[in-house]
Amino acid sequence: MPTDMSNPATLAKEVRRAVLGMVHRANASHVGGCFSMADILAVLYGGWLRVRPDDPAWADRDRLVVSKGHAAAAVYAVLSKVGFFPDSWLDGYCEDGQPLAGHVSSTGVPGVEVSTGSLGHGLSIGCGLAMGAQRTCPESRTVVILSDGELDEGSIWEAALFAGHHKLGQLTAIIDFNKIQSFGAVTDVLCLDPLADKWRAANWDVQEIDGHDHAAIAAALADGGRSAGAPRALIAHTVKGKGVSFMENDLAWHYKSPDTAQLAAALAELDA
Amino acid sequence: MRNTFIERLTDAAETDSRIFLLCGDLGYSVLEAFAERHPDRFVNVGVAEQNMVGIAAGLALSGYKVFTYSIVNFAVTRCLEQIRNDVCYHELDVTVVAVGGGFAYGAQGYSHHGSEDVGFTRMLPGMHVAVPADAAEAAAAADYMLARKGPGYVRLARGREPQLHRAEIDELASFHRLDEREGAVLILASGPVAGEALTAANLLFEAGINASAVSTPIIKPFDVDAFCALLNGTSLVVTVEEHVTFGGLGSTVAETLADAGASVPLLRLGIDHKNRTIVGSQDYLRNINGINGHAIAARIRAKLEER
Repeated sequence: MPTDMSNPATLAKEVRRAVLGMVHRANASHVGGCFSMADILAVLYGGWLRVRPDDPAWADRDRLVVSKGHAAAAVYAVLSKVGFFPDSWLDGYCEDGQPLAGHVSSTGVPGVEVSTGSLGHGLSIGCGLAMGAQRTCPESRTVVILSDGELDEGSIWEAALFAGHHKLGQLTAIIDFNKIQSFGAVTDVLCLDPLADKWRAANWDVQEIDGHDHAAIAAALADGGRSAGAPRALIAHTVKGKGVSFMENDLAWHYKSPDTAQLAAALAELDA
Repeated sequence: MRNTFIERLTDAAETDSRIFLLCGDLGYSVLEAFAERHPDRFVNVGVAEQNMVGIAAGLALSGYKVFTYSIVNFAVTRCLEQIRNDVCYHELDVTVVAVGGGFAYGAQGYSHHGSEDVGFTRMLPGMHVAVPADAAEAAAAADYMLARKGPGYVRLARGREPQLHRAEIDELASFHRLDEREGAVLILASGPVAGEALTAANLLFEAGINASAVSTPIIKPFDVDAFCALLNGTSLVVTVEEHVTFGGLGSTVAETLADAGASVPLLRLGIDHKNRTIVGSQDYLRNINGINGHAIAARIRAKLEER
């Protein structure tokens, strides 16, 4: 990994820059949800996750499942920036016959554990990975990134109960709580409050953090102060579209792709 | 047959430490032995089938050979998308084992009628679909799934199905003859309803119509060459299944005949959705749907007479 990519601030900025280029070229959606989780990815891949870009199938690696599969551009961007595959692959995002699909795809993409895209699947897969690791490589940790909208899915709560009951202490769920789901504000569509209490009620350790504060994310991921065997939920309060003023907190950027002028303006903001 | 299947699985887990069994809070008087002998590789996930299949995918990604267990619609339909996306897309080594195929739980109502599952699973990529007819075929189906790697579906009934094979069978084949005949009327059947197909073949034979019954436990992949070989001397093909007549065995045979350009007529017998609100015993519902031995024989005779 190039040395500067172990700095989450640098990595987050590079991810956002790459995502802008990808969604612009591909005329693709979901930039808002990519930006709300860019800082989380930057901390995870900036040194926390024990993974080997030159040996993606290393048996004892940590596993990351990105359950909000629509944020694929950010996932591919971070993987390329830390060396899983060349940056040039990003040019093929959503292109005919290329591996980087619009929803997170593991086929032919080193570093992606599992393909997602339909919401509500990832936490169950994460439970299986964590249970498998518990028996075969106890040092391996499993992280699942969830969107707020997908917490509407019943399967998430099946998995939440399961992980608490089976004390999957090596499992961490990070909720990218950007407050805007696919067709409206979370509070208007299906209110999640009190969200922390819901996870606590399922016997998870819960912390609420600023999902754009790299030090806070890193501190929350550190192992201190945890209940023995409890899975961990990090409710990351984030801003949809974070980093580009005209994209922030705007439902439209769940769908829109920046045109050439918007791309230039956005890149200028990131560089400012 | 469900006990036979699970016994085979339990024994195999003795030597194969990759075998993991998940159930969705069902399996009373069936799964206890596995749970006792392999407690670290058995989990009752609760009444949560979507989660069960996701967990199965995660375990399979971790190197386990996973079996999930529930009643047909809960094992397949409730979590169909998890089977499609998480298991089949990734070609993971997960076998879905369902009990209550067809009208095994007929008196419990449509929620418990396994009438579309073969169609659902057959459409999924890489899925092998087995519908054993009796305990001997169930044991062979267990061996079949244990020997391969990839997504699988096994549709079982419950217990005490009539034994159609006199002895254990060495290997699950695409076609198992249930009688000594090679009749002009070829009755293909999948699942325990194959017993009704055999009754029908015997009734027809006694009435001077040369019919034979063949159990067809592997719906997918369908052995086209072996099927075409069976067509020699056949003047009518009949399919019998405890499933709707589309999506399952009848569709598979119809598609295969059409692709092969075969001109032999086909009669597809199975569950009619218009009867879905009717409840009752397996025998009662087979009669209602015209798939007990006498009804099958009568419908074949009617088909022969219309020509």
